[in-house]
Amino acid sequence: MSRPDQLQPSGQTSGAEQPLLRVTGLAKSYDGFSACRNVSFDLWPGEILAVVGESGSGKTTLLKCISAQLANDAGRIEYLMRDGVLRDVQELSEAERRFLMRTDWGFVHQNPREGLRMSVSAGANIAERMIAVGARNFGRIRATATDWMDRVELDPQRVDHQPRTFSGGMQQRLQIARNLVTHPRLMFMDEPTGGLDVSVQARLLDLLRGLVAGMQLSVVLVTHDLAVARLLSHRIMVMQGGEVVETGLTDQVLDDPQHPYSQMLVSSILPA
Amino acid sequence: MNQATENEARGAMTAKEATAIIQVRNLHKAFTLHTQGGIKLNVLSSMNLSVASGDCVALTGPSGAGKSTVLRCLYGNYLPQSGEILIRHKGRNVNLVGGEPRDILAVRRETLGYVSQFLRVIPRVSALDLVSEPLRALGVSSNTARDRAAALLTRLRIPERHWSLAPATFSGGEQQRINIARTMVVDYPALLLDEPTASLDAGNRRTVIDLILDARGRGAAIVGIFHDEEVRDAVCNLRHPVKIPELMSPGSEDTMEPGEIQGVAL
Repeated sequence: MSRPDQLQPSGQTSGAEQPLLRVTGLAKSYDGFSACRNVSFDLWPGEILAVVGESGSGKTTLLKCISAQLANDAGRIEYLMRDGVLRDVQELSEAERRFLMRTDWGFVHQNPREGLRMSVSAGANIAERMIAVGARNFGRIRATATDWMDRVELDPQRVDHQPRTFSGGMQQRLQIARNLVTHPRLMFMDEPTGGLDVSVQARLLDLLRGLVAGMQLSVVLVTHDLAVARLLSHRIMVMQGGEVVETGLTDQVLDDPQHPYSQMLVSSILPA
Repeated sequence: MNQATENEARGAMTAKEATAIIQVRNLHKAFTLHTQGGIKLNVLSSMNLSVASGDCVALTGPSGAGKSTVLRCLYGNYLPQSGEILIRHKGRNVNLVGGEPRDILAVRRETLGYVSQFLRVIPRVSALDLVSEPLRALGVSSNTARDRAAALLTRLRIPERHWSLAPATFSGGEQQRINIARTMVVDYPALLLDEPTASLDAGNRRTVIDLILDARGRGAAIVGIFHDEEVRDAVCNLRHPVKIPELMSPGSEDTMEPGEIQGVAL
């Protein structure tokens, strides 16, 4: 490893570059029950990390901790602020953290109802985050909102309709538009295709693939669906009983899993 | 003739070591099947290989000898136990064994192309978009990428009326040509080819031979599996035999072919 001719590869990814998110020794327990522990990883700009495992493996707890929705018991979560400084998320002021959650970060919930305001229009759902970062011109806000509806393949004519009149797949696309409108750098996704029909899933995955690549987004994606992980992610982290048991390049972990649990997960897939 | 080519290959390798684009050193690959009683299969042991610019090496050996495993290791798809796989990437050698995922992905994006035996279909993506995608990932404009993809699809005789369709419903031979086009659309310095002509008719086989010879001509280093003698003789200048290793299964004496446990398709 120390040979001079194989220092750091790939020109752009060496030297001074820093990870967007750095998690070190993260742990969280509920009333003495350890939900996740000893989790460490770096997430790089433009990288999509899938966290896979069965329900109860601690992946959603991990996602809530790193997105500052849940306080962790131990470990550090550092985020690369727009000024290029890696900061401890727990040490940010409340205002700074709120700013991150409204603009720089996005969160896509499995159930779109958790991420949308069901009683205001689709357009207002998208506009909310724009207004939070200072947009005031009504015409421009409305134009951006309809443009985003179009980009997530929603009929822009329905901009004034409430999301409760949308199907599940449409609500999920609206939730994604609402998050992406502020051009976040980091997205957290919890089973984004979870409750959808297979054909709607494929459409959403394809849409996400294009958006994420086009916007150079970094994503932490929690899913139990290995096919979703294969299609969207660069890297996989396999969790079992609250711990990371294997991590690596997505196709390598899926085609040549090393850990007994990963092998069991991969071999449990029903052929289509 | 076979023996002579192999000897020639060995001589050539030492001389070309310095300019090698792909170098394999002391590579070991075993599979431990935890879900099947912990059977251990040693597939590759102490493998060495060096491929210089313009060389095309045919991996030879019977079915189940581990030829596809070699290619998958070389692409970073399978994880070797030890050894080095050095790929010349942007003037530096990157070791894929134990490499960071993002570094392996950068090597794949810019340096190392792989034609797998089967096309992994992405739902809803058209043939033209599938083939132009690797170029767009390199920053080539959409229009240029589509033009180059279209030219290659034409050369591979994919009817234009199919370009806007997702290849899921294409015939086996058409899917294979899409797969070849998706790799050959980029001028990768290194190529891995797993039976690229297996289900092609004579005309398309000839086209693929020409594409491979073009790649050699511009200096690509190629490692491939070619069961078709005619194709192999036409495109390869070197051979590397892959031998079936001894089965080392402490838990069992089962005679399991390594070929049976290759890639799980999702």
